[in-house]
Amino acid sequence: MKKALTAFRGKLRSYKGQPVSLALFISVCFAALITMTALLFLIGYILIKGIPHLEPSLFAWVYNSENVSLTPALINTVFMTVLSLLTAVPIGIGAAVYLVEYAKRGSKLVEAVRITAETLSGIPSIVYGLFGALFFVKYLGLGLSLLSGALTLSIMILPLIMRTAEEALIAVPDSYREGSFGLGAGRLRTVFRVVLPSAVPGILSGVILSIGRVVGESAALIFTAGTVAEVAKSPLDSARTLSVHMYTISGEGLYIDQTYATAVVLLLVVIVINALSGIAAKRLSKV
Amino acid sequence: MKKLKEPAMRAVFLLTACVSIAAVVLICLFLFAGGVPAIAKIGVFDFLLGTQWRPANNIYGILPMIIGSIYVTAGALLIGVPIGILTAVFLARFCPKGLHKLMKPAIDLMAGIPSVVYGFFGLVVLVPFVRDSFGGRGMSVLTASLLLGLMILPTIISVSEAALRATPQSYYEGSLALGATHERSVFAVELPAARSGVFAGVVLGIGRALGETMAVIMVAGNQAVIPDSLLVGVRTLTTNIVLEMGYSTDLHREALIGTAVVLFVFILIITTSFSLIKRRSKA
Repeated sequence: MKKALTAFRGKLRSYKGQPVSLALFISVCFAALITMTALLFLIGYILIKGIPHLEPSLFAWVYNSENVSLTPALINTVFMTVLSLLTAVPIGIGAAVYLVEYAKRGSKLVEAVRITAETLSGIPSIVYGLFGALFFVKYLGLGLSLLSGALTLSIMILPLIMRTAEEALIAVPDSYREGSFGLGAGRLRTVFRVVLPSAVPGILSGVILSIGRVVGESAALIFTAGTVAEVAKSPLDSARTLSVHMYTISGEGLYIDQTYATAVVLLLVVIVINALSGIAAKRLSKV
Repeated sequence: MKKLKEPAMRAVFLLTACVSIAAVVLICLFLFAGGVPAIAKIGVFDFLLGTQWRPANNIYGILPMIIGSIYVTAGALLIGVPIGILTAVFLARFCPKGLHKLMKPAIDLMAGIPSVVYGFFGLVVLVPFVRDSFGGRGMSVLTASLLLGLMILPTIISVSEAALRATPQSYYEGSLALGATHERSVFAVELPAARSGVFAGVVLGIGRALGETMAVIMVAGNQAVIPDSLLVGVRTLTTNIVLEMGYSTDLHREALIGTAVVLFVFILIITTSFSLIKRRSKA
C-alpha cells in the first residue's frame, strides 16, 4: 500500500510544470470511472432491488395476474432462440463459407453482400418488427406467432453471425487448406472436414452473442410474436419472450417488484451468455 | 452423383450468401409499399413538416417526432461522446493490463444488456432523479438523453479503442522523442491519427440512439408535441410506432409505417456514411 502511494506521488510529481498533461490524465481516469460506476450501479441496483423479490410464485408453471409468473416467458424465450438460430446459423455460416472459400476477391456480388449485411446490422429493431408484421405476419399469413418472431429475429442476427463466421474462417491458416487439397480432397470436403472444424470457436462466439440479442430483443417481437403470456404449444402460437414480458409488466405499474425480479433473471442470463462468448473467443485466439 | 455434389453445394452456399441481399430488398419493398402511399395521400410536406399529430382528426404531421428524435440523439451524443472517447483512450493507453482484463468484458456486457433493462433502470432511477433535482415530471428530453448517452457508450468505446490501438507505434515514439509527455502524445498525435475510426464509432452510436425504442418509451413521456424545454416530455420516431401500432387502422396505420420509412431513410444515410468513413480510413 505504502509502495503504491509513493509510486502515485512520484507519478504526480512527474506532472510538475505540465498542467495540461495532468488535466488530460485526470479527465481520462475520470471518464473511465464514470463509465464503470454507471455500469456497476445499474447492475448492483437491479440485483439488490430484485433478488429479494425472486419468489417461488414467479416460477409457477402457469401465468396468471396474481403470480405474474415468468416461467412461460422463459420457456418461450428458449423456443424463440432455438427457432431463430435454426434459421440464421446455417444461412450465416453458408454465406460466410461462400464469401471466404468460393467467391473471387473483389467480385460485384461479394461487394453487394457486404453492403447489404452492413445495412442489415444498422437497421433498428422496431423497423425489423414492422417489416416482420407486414411480411411474415400478414403477407405470408403466419399470424402473430413464435415463427413470425423467430424469422424476423433471424434476419436481425444474420449479419452478426455472418461477420463472426467470416472472421473465423479467414483466421484459418491457408496451409490447412493446401494440406487438404494436397491429400486429394475436393473443395467441399476441405470446407467441411478441415476449415469449418478449426473455425468452430470463432463461429460459436458469434452464435452466443446472437443468443444474447434474441434474449434481449423486445421491439421487434411485440408486433410479430405478440404478447400472450402462455407457453406456446406450436410455432404458430403467439407467445411473449422474457424481455417482452418484462416490458409488458413494467408498463402496467402494478408489478414493480416482479419487474425487478424479472430484470434480475434477464440480467443473469445476459451475463452468463457474455461470459460464455468470451470463453469461446479466447479459445479462438489461442489456436 | 459425386460430380454433382460440388457444384450443387456451391450453389447452396451462393444462395445463402444472397439471403442478406434478398432481406434488404424485401424490407425496402414492404416498408416503402406500406408507407409511401400514405405519405403521398397526406402530402409529403404536411407529413414531414406538419406540427400536429392527431390521428383522431386525421391530422398526421411527424415534425414533433423528427425533432424529438434529433433532440434526444443530440443529447445522447453530448453525454456519450466525450465520456466514450476518453474512456477509450484510458483503455487503450492508460489502463494497467490487469484492469483491462476486467474492464473490457464489462464494456462488452454493457453492450449486451437488453434495452428493457436499461429502460426500467431509467424509469426507477433516472426519472425520479431528474424530477427531484431539476423539476418537471421527470419523463423528459433530459432523462432520455442521459439514458441513451449511457447506452451508446459501449459502441463508442469499443470502436474508438480499436482505432486507437491500430495507430502505428512509431507515431507515439516519434512524439515522445520530440519531448512531449505521454498524455500529449496520445491526445495530439495518436487521437488525430485515429480520428476516422473514432468518428465511425460516433456514427454507429448515432444509429443506435436514433433507433432505440423500448428504453426511450419508458422514460421519455411520449407527448407528440415539439418540446420547448429539456424538462418536458418528448416522443421520437421509434416510440411513435410502438405506442400506436397496436390499435391503429387504415390511414393511421399507414402513417405509422410512413414514420418507419422516414426513420429507415435516416438510418440508411447514417450506415452509408459509416461505410464511406470506414472505406476511407482503410485507404
